[in-house]
Parts: sequence; structure tokens; C-alpha cells
Amino acid sequence: MEKFTTLRSNAIPLNIENVDTDQIIPARFLKATDKKGFGDNVFRDWRFHKDGSVNSDFVLNDATYSGSILVAGDNFGCGSSREHAAWAIVGYGFKVVVSSFFADIFKGNALNNGLLPVQVSESFLSDLFSEIASNPQTEIEVNLEDQVISVVGKSIAETFEIDAYKKTCLINGYDDIDYLINNKELIEAFEAQRTY
Amino acid sequence: MSKKTLFDKVWDAHVVSSIENGPQILYIDRHLIHEVTSPQAFNELENRGIPIFRPEQIVATADHNTPTLNQDQPIKDALSRKQLEQLSENCKKNNITLYELGHKYNGIVHVMAPELGITQPGITMVCGDSHTSTHGAFGAIAFGIGTSQVAQVFASQCLLLKKPKSLRVTVNGKLKKGVLPKDVILYIISKLGTNSGTGYFCEYAGDVVENMSMEGRMTVCNMSIEMGARGGMIAPDETTFEYIKGRKFAPQGEAFEKKVAYWKTLPSDEGAVFDKEYTFDAADIEPMVTYGTNPGMGIKITESIPVEDNASFQKSLKYMDFKAGESLIDKPINYVFIGSCTNSRIEDFRVAAEYIKGKQKADNVTAWLVPGSKQVEAQIIEEGLKAIFDEAGFELRQPGCSACLAMNDDKIPQGEYCVSTSNRNFEGRQGQGSRTILASPLVAAATAVEGKIIDITKHLN
Ligand code: SF4
Repeated sequence: MEKFTTLRSNAIPLNIENVDTDQIIPARFLKATDKKGFGDNVFRDWRFHKDGSVNSDFVLNDATYSGSILVAGDNFGCGSSREHAAWAIVGYGFKVVVSSFFADIFKGNALNNGLLPVQVSESFLSDLFSEIASNPQTEIEVNLEDQVISVVGKSIAETFEIDAYKKTCLINGYDDIDYLINNKELIEAFEAQRTY
Repeated sequence: MSKKTLFDKVWDAHVVSSIENGPQILYIDRHLIHEVTSPQAFNELENRGIPIFRPEQIVATADHNTPTLNQDQPIKDALSRKQLEQLSENCKKNNITLYELGHKYNGIVHVMAPELGITQPGITMVCGDSHTSTHGAFGAIAFGIGTSQVAQVFASQCLLLKKPKSLRVTVNGKLKKGVLPKDVILYIISKLGTNSGTGYFCEYAGDVVENMSMEGRMTVCNMSIEMGARGGMIAPDETTFEYIKGRKFAPQGEAFEKKVAYWKTLPSDEGAVFDKEYTFDAADIEPMVTYGTNPGMGIKITESIPVEDNASFQKSLKYMDFKAGESLIDKPINYVFIGSCTNSRIEDFRVAAEYIKGKQKADNVTAWLVPGSKQVEAQIIEEGLKAIFDEAGFELRQPGCSACLAMNDDKIPQGEYCVSTSNRNFEGRQGQGSRTILASPLVAAATAVEGKIIDITKHLN
């Protein structure tokens, strides 16, 4: 996994609530047996019309906006457990998703793939949306070490929460498998004394 | 001693150790896998040279991506075929039991595992599928995981997790005629919303739940994820023990009695405290339908679509081509799907058959009945339900996830409505541009017969 410390980037605003994993990556793209290529199909049915033509109304197709931060409406990532959703977002080039609320499984999947979900207050989120709307070049900084997200050059900032263990993993680029395997003895001891 | 909830008891019994200020290592008893979310996890382990730690605790099935016609023939779609072949290969290489397509135990993972007695009270169970919450109906801690976590369980039979908070939803009273477990859960989600359960594990309680069959309890727990909860749970009782007894992987004889004695200690202690509680009255629940693009957007079939002034709500209605304030009664419907891990058990087909018997499917309707497993399929035939369906013009297909997520050929065409017994009405869930209305098997059956949505309550009385 790639290490994550601080990121400064423009952002793409996706001002829609309850964005579910079927929208992030529709089921018909789940037939692959590796993790590659999902980025091409992220938000597929919003980016393209059914006849394959580009939907120029959709924000990812709007050249005004760019960057590796996705700012999304409340309850992002609800729906299925498909990690393909995280792979698709990472594959497209995002490193951070900001929302006022994330679905549990999506959040875990994101963290396991070096994608940082930054949960902010509703008022901060609406500030972000209006900043980006008034200036698409708005830069946002996400500092994982200090757990602060801010609008560069403005006094708009907020701290965010992250599990201390997950933070260490992201900063150092390791994952849960490494940790669990190093605890195999404990696990075997647990198995031996199990009573239920 | 402090009072514990059902969830506490099962969770605490599985904690291997705790990281200071961090997650806990939770031991996983049973790991279910299927073709879609496992290949990348197998690859990950292989690339890192890590063996599968406890292959005997894993059971595999093929369900998401399988055809529901001509299962005895080679799969046409090359990618689907490859995915299934890879599953077979991975299972073989790693000594994992696989009930592949066509096997008499094959089926949707959340239908076949309980049926085989793999699901038991007091265990922890995971699967790379969010509706793993279904198994909580037995008093197990069961939840969906992502593919990275599938790899973690492969490698260590454990997961690193923070203990979720506890939520209890109690439904007391007696359900009205024609109100099914599906209506109960759609009602709960319509009241609480799609993220009320996030961060929580939900226990369902009250007489309504106590009086439900195991099939009904599974339907309720299945949709816990639709209110954001990681899982649902119901205290094990005589109904649970009776269901498990004698099944293939259930403990037998004395071992079974010993287990039952343990299982009886699991229900939440009197006075145990939950972080959040909601109580509902069964008398207020009626047959439900959804009108929008998330499962929280549900109404009683007799109610009108609410009027709300926000962009997401309006986007949703626009997608569905419905108007705020209108009723769904008499809406013409061309597709009906009875299936999915929510409602594809024998009881669901019995309800449908009972209503359909002696009636005919409307000409405009394509009606797919997709059993949850080979065993359910066999039972449908054995009980004579297939004859009823055939006569009425319904199409009984072979088991699988089918139109629930439309990964195979079972897709609802662009712009068409489908009254579906599945669990998600997201945009395009049942095929690009498809419009899903979630409902119970009874409402689905009635819709197929009438060719439109009807007020089923009037027909029953
Ligand atoms: S039936 Fe639908 S919800 Fe259930 S496991 Fe299959 S795809 Fe998932």
C-alpha cells in the first residue's frame, strides 16, 4: 500500500447524497478477477449515456474541475460490500473522499486501499461545496498527521477523526494482513482454549 | 456481573486480543465465499506467499454471476465463465469445499448456508457480501466484508475490528393479515432511514420477531444493511433450534443437546442496555412498496408518495418517473421478480403460490421466480408449487442471485418497472435504466396477476 501523509489538490464536487456502490461501479463490471481497470468504469452510468455517448452534465466530465480529492454528499458509499468501489475510485486517481457521512463497509474498504475517507461536519461540507463552486481552482489540503482538512489560503479548516491504528497503517503503508500474521501465536492459543 | 446483550456475549467470546486505542482481533468461525469478491483475495495471498490458514472453515458457492437457465450447459459469457472457473480452481488448490453450479447444495450463499446448518447461534461468520447480515437471524454475529478483509480471514481466520455500538428494534403486537416479514423490515427502514444503523449492530426483538419463522427472521436480518447497520441479530429460541436440528452440518445427538444448552445462554440479559432503541407497533404496519432509489424510500401501499423539497429526493423521483404526492396503486407493471437472498426461501414461494393458485399471470407481465438454492428448487417441485406456477404462466428458473443485481442475463430493460422481492432499488441495480419497486412476495405475486400494483389489503379482506 502507498504511504499517505499530506495531500494538496483541487477537488471535484459530487453534490449528491446517498451515492451507493452500484453507482460507483455497476455490477456488470464486477466480473474481473484482478483489481486493475476499475477506474475506467467508475460512475459509469452517470458519466456515459446508455448509447455510450458522454454525459457532459456529469461533473467528472466537466473540465472545469480536476484533482485527486472527491467531495461528495452525505452517506457516501452505501450499499454493497464490493471493494471494487474503492478500487474504482483509487483507479480513477482519487486519494481522498470527503463527505459528511460514510457507509461502514465502504470506509473500511477505502482505508484498506490507501484511500482516505475524511468525514467532516455538514456545515464544513457545504462550505467546501460553495468554495469549489465559486472557484473551481480552490485547493484543499488534507494533513493526515495532524488530522486537519483545510481550504488553502482561507481560514476554513476542520479536524477529522481517524482510528489511531488505521492512521499508523496509512502513514507507514502497511496493512492488516501484516499485523494479523504477526499475531498467529495468539490466534492459535485462542483456538485451543475456545469453549463455545 | 454486568448485563450483556446477545451481541456482547457473542462478540466478547471471540476477541483474541485488543490493540491499545485501536481495534480488536476478532476470531471468525465460518467464512463463506463466492466467485465475485474472492478472486482478488486469493491472488493477494498467492502474491505474498501466504497460505490459507483454516481452509476447513471456509465454504464456497457460485451464485452472483451464474445463469438461471440451462445450468447444465457451459456458460456463454466468457468473463462469467472465467470467474467461475477461477473459483473452482482456487478452491481445489486450497482444499476448500465448493458447492459449484449444478451441485445439489448450490445456491445463494445466504440461502444455502443456513439450509445446510452451517449457520448456528453464537458463531461469528463473514462473507464478502453485505447481506451476510441474514445469518444473524440465528443469533450469530454475521456481517459483510470487503475483499481485503476476505484476504485477512484467509490469512489468519481473524479480522481487525472496532466493536460496533448496539441498537435494538422492538416490534410488538400482532401483524395484520397479508403483512409479511418483508413489510416489517421495509417499514422499519422507511421510519429510520438508510443510515440510522451505521456503526451499530442491530438486535430485533418483540413478539412479532418471536413469532416469526426462521425464513421470516432471515428476511428481516437480511435488510439490516439497508439501514446502514453492519448486521442484525435475533435471539435464538426453540424455533431456531428446531430449524437447525438434523441439518447436514448441525451437531448431532448429544453434541446438539450440549450446543442447545449453550445457545440458551445467549439471549440479551434482562435489563441489558443498548446504545439506541426503537419500538414499533405491529398494528401500524401494512404491506409496503418503495417509490424511490434507496430502500428507505418506502410507503404503505395505500399511502401516497411524500412531498419533499430536496435535490436528492427529486433526482430519485425523476429517475423513477413518479410524482410527489401520487399513489402507486394501479401503476402498470411489466416485470415481477420473486427471488434474492431476501425472499427466495420455500416459505416465500408458498406465499406466492397460495395467492396465485387458480389465477393467471397478466399478459403484459414477465414474471421470474428464482429459488435461492437447489434445495428450495427441489422443494418447490416436490410440494407441487411448480405446477401452480406453470399453470399460471410464471417462469420458474434455476437458483442464483439473478435479477437482484443483474450480473448475468436476467436484466430488467431500460425504463421498465419491476416489482421485486430483492433488497435494493438503486438506480440501474436490476439492469441499466431499470426501475425497481421493492415489495413482499405477496405483493409481487398480486402485481404479476393484475399487471399493475393493487391494494392487496382490499383483496385479502
Ligand atoms: S441475492 Fe442479491 S443481495 Fe443477495 S447475495 Fe445475491 S446479489 Fe447480493
